[in-house]
Amino acid sequence: MSVITFTIDGEQYSAKEGDTILQVARDNKIPIPTLCYLEGLSTFGACRLCVVEIEGSQKLFPACTTKPTESMIVHTNTVKLKKYRKMIVELLASEGNHQCAVCVVNGHCELQDLAYEVELDHVRFPYLFPKKSLDATHKDFVIDRNRCVLCTRCVRVCHEVEAAHVWDIAGRGIDCEIIADLNQPWGTSPSCTSCGKCVRVCPTGALFDKGAAVGEMQKESGFIKFIVNARNKHEWVRTAHEEE
Amino acid sequence: MKPRVATAWLGGCSGCHMSFLDLDERLIDLADKVELVYSPIADIKIFPENVDVTLVEGAVTNSENEEMAHLIRKNSRLVIAFGDCATTGNVTAMRNPFKVEDVERRAYIELADKNQRIPDEYVTIAQLLKTAKPLHEVIKVDVWLHGCPPTADQIWFAVTELLQGRIPVLPPAYLRYG
Repeated sequence: MSVITFTIDGEQYSAKEGDTILQVARDNKIPIPTLCYLEGLSTFGACRLCVVEIEGSQKLFPACTTKPTESMIVHTNTVKLKKYRKMIVELLASEGNHQCAVCVVNGHCELQDLAYEVELDHVRFPYLFPKKSLDATHKDFVIDRNRCVLCTRCVRVCHEVEAAHVWDIAGRGIDCEIIADLNQPWGTSPSCTSCGKCVRVCPTGALFDKGAAVGEMQKESGFIKFIVNARNKHEWVRTAHEEE
Repeated sequence: MKPRVATAWLGGCSGCHMSFLDLDERLIDLADKVELVYSPIADIKIFPENVDVTLVEGAVTNSENEEMAHLIRKNSRLVIAFGDCATTGNVTAMRNPFKVEDVERRAYIELADKNQRIPDEYVTIAQLLKTAKPLHEVIKVDVWLHGCPPTADQIWFAVTELLQGRIPVLPPAYLRYG
């Protein structure tokens, strides 16, 4: 297997063929913020938070879907990138209805953590306050589309891991939303197995356990990597890193 | 001369002011160092001129809030958005996806036990704006001090920075929504 040598933030690293910039960065503890990315699921490149600069190009590249090439020079934390990442979080905040104070994942939310990471003290874009629906028809779970950031982790985990494909995306632009089956109440979905994986991987409070009150939900999405690894490599082990 | 400080309460639950009172014994120190010229916790009717710093709690949700916000800006050197409602709209803005008529019908008719009536004159009660807005969408804001509510320690950090003549830049540890 060929090995690629390239540079991230002035240090040389080697990548196996097929590795993405993000994987190499994670393996070497170089922090790159992500939101839609989840280890074990396919990469989607939707949120753009993991954008990096590559010398020789004016474009920004999502680290989760970009593979390094020999001698590539990557920057992960420039002034320009910080500016864009902050803007992305502001846009996410302004196009949903995110009231942390009354959210089930307050204090354990990936969007909230990102806001702190990019040092967001206020949102410069006008809040859109879109009208979104809440569906509490499922016996165990609720989807509150007000808090959805359209990362599609739920869509991917349901399709790729549970193989039920309950979730999909409907609509365009600000009307884009996650729907169950043929856009029907979740509780009437014949394909949902009620496994709850979508709830665990959701980075915000959009999917939650019925009955959870403010700040009560803590998501645990690391098990997806374990399941996928076990299935693909027949290694039914958790690494020390995952146990942390 | 002591700095002239004001606090104002727009469309919020007063929780941020409660948190301000949680400064506890630090309030005694503060009372020596500043002149409180306007506040819901002081009996002053008119927002005065020539204020150094105003902490503004709450979103701008009705016509009175809007008028007050402009007056505060005109008369204050520094305006601080105080808490999540002033910063993001927060709970006050949860009505925004709905029409004002629907919100009023819900509040004054459907949920009222008696005297069901939608206000039709806006002398004693302020008229709701089409949407509740964070303060900076209405007036220029200099500093954002968020949290629901901001903790007493966050408030104290901002206040002590201001007393030393610095515009507070909250360290990441004090960035907190919710």
